Amino acid sequence: MGTGTGTGTGASTGARASQDAGRRPARARRRTRAPATPSSTVARPGVGWALPATLFFGLFALVPLVLVAVLSFASWDGLGAPQFAGTDNWAKLLDDPVMIRSLWLSLLLTVLGVVTQTPLAILLGVWAAGPQRNRAVLSAVFFVPLLLSATAISVLWRALLDPNFGVPAQARWLFGDGNLLGSRDGAIAVLVLVAAWQFTPLHALIYQGAARAVPEVLYQAASIDGAGTVRQFFHITLPQLRNSIITSVILMVVGGLTTFDTVLILTQGGPGTDTTITAFYMYQKAFKGFEFGIGSAIALLLVVVATLISLVVVRMSGYDRMAGTKEGM
Amino acid sequence: MTTNTTHTNHSKGRNRSVTRGRPNYAAGFGALLWLCVVALPLYVMIGATLQSRPDYTAGGPLSLPRNLTLSNYTQDFSSGFGRYFLNTVVVTASVVGLVCLLVPPLAFAIVRNRGLATSRIFRIFLLGLAIPAQAVIVPMFYVISKAGLYDNLIGVILPTAAFCLPVCVLILTGTMRDITSDLFEAMAIDGATTRRVFFQLVVPLSKGGLATIVVFSALQAWNGFLFPLVLTQSEETKVLTLGLYDFQTQHGVDIPGLLAAVVLSTLPVLFVYLFARRALVQGLMGVGGK
Repeated sequence: MGTGTGTGTGASTGARASQDAGRRPARARRRTRAPATPSSTVARPGVGWALPATLFFGLFALVPLVLVAVLSFASWDGLGAPQFAGTDNWAKLLDDPVMIRSLWLSLLLTVLGVVTQTPLAILLGVWAAGPQRNRAVLSAVFFVPLLLSATAISVLWRALLDPNFGVPAQARWLFGDGNLLGSRDGAIAVLVLVAAWQFTPLHALIYQGAARAVPEVLYQAASIDGAGTVRQFFHITLPQLRNSIITSVILMVVGGLTTFDTVLILTQGGPGTDTTITAFYMYQKAFKGFEFGIGSAIALLLVVVATLISLVVVRMSGYDRMAGTKEGM
Repeated sequence: MTTNTTHTNHSKGRNRSVTRGRPNYAAGFGALLWLCVVALPLYVMIGATLQSRPDYTAGGPLSLPRNLTLSNYTQDFSSGFGRYFLNTVVVTASVVGLVCLLVPPLAFAIVRNRGLATSRIFRIFLLGLAIPAQAVIVPMFYVISKAGLYDNLIGVILPTAAFCLPVCVLILTGTMRDITSDLFEAMAIDGATTRRVFFQLVVPLSKGGLATIVVFSALQAWNGFLFPLVLTQSEETKVLTLGLYDFQTQHGVDIPGLLAAVVLSTLPVLFVYLFARRALVQGLMGVGGK
């Protein structure tokens, strides 16, 4: 986890935070002026305090981000100096059937991920928000997959699904010949399953926090009106979770589009190129095919697509206007 | 500390059920089902590592282990995993060190400076949340090679730490905002320097947030895969995740040995989880954007 974090979330938190920062100084200044503090510069650190981290981040995150755009117009084999190549890389990518297919595959896997993980995570999160003791213990167990690295998880599942020594060999009645990773549909199903196993806990956690924040009065009012648990879930809990659903879906989209480790270890993009998703194709082109220019172009494309989808989700949901969930209260 | 208290208020203060009234049997059943989905692979993993390879092959993954043995673990250690383990420890400790050195002053400046420059800087870090590591891996390879750090652990440590920064800044500024301005004013009246305010007020009061960023960055560094994969090559710089990947491609049929390596790579994390569960869960909730 961790590589893909939400665009929309970041931006909106930023907006809120800067509003905050805008409001506070006025108050603080007024207050400090009144007792005529001798040194009003105390506890007002200069920009110098922020510089080391900013320079560091700039050098190792922002400079590469600019470079990736530059390199996408160059041809580079990783050894010599990059040569300017105009729009060659982009033209090649547009003509590359594997590239186009990889984008569709990435989108397919992302959509399947959202569709499987969201209902599961909402149910688990709402359930875990309840008070009983056993929920705390169970939630602690549910959390374990998040701790394991994607590498460890992929290796574990590959061993589990090994057609000769794994679970399919022991349960032939269920799996047939058992070579799940050997067919296109099987491989895609495994990738979706493993992603759900790995990430549902994170999203359940988001929903758990949000479900706890739902005002109790809403449920009390509904109970008085005679609404049952199911109706309460659909008419109160779900609408109240709207903002969390958006946050979580954006995380899933960015995370899904940038899935890499699991594909590398579980399927190697195969069978054939059946699970060659865009991020994996980028790695293959750059670090196996030594076409770093094309790799850069794919990487840039990936970021653009992920950002666009996040923006669309944010726009469509009205999240950017920070429409409240508290309406009708 | 401050985050901890708010969190506790949040979860325990309102001690009540979300789906009210009678216990929800359907949800409980679903949760148990999911428990099987989560726990079964973990059970197979640990069970497999405790038996010899012939036993495992004969019994299959779902059977109960009979003759318990730790030979899988000792074998892994003798085949290089000790080295990988050490490398991962070095990377993790350095990343955590760098993050702890860089983030607190930055967060302090963002929360207390309030100039245009710092709010711009904060915005840059928030946008940085959205950059996936894959997006920059090719230029990163270029930068690290040019700097002569290819196949050197330092070359892994620097980008890993850089990619931890945005989340850590978000978490720590959240904590530092909770320090009331009265405290700052009190110290100002006492004539404290900014440096003293930082070390005697801000750092002690941000312990909860600091713990969270330590756990978060440690987890990122420990589990990191892409940067080591692309930026290192030799046996001397191999980290655990990479060792696992190689083990899998080379001795994929030795499933007990392979799974023992998975357990080895995860054991310290699980150990930390037992002690720092709260900080970790908070950190991850922070990632989720609250």
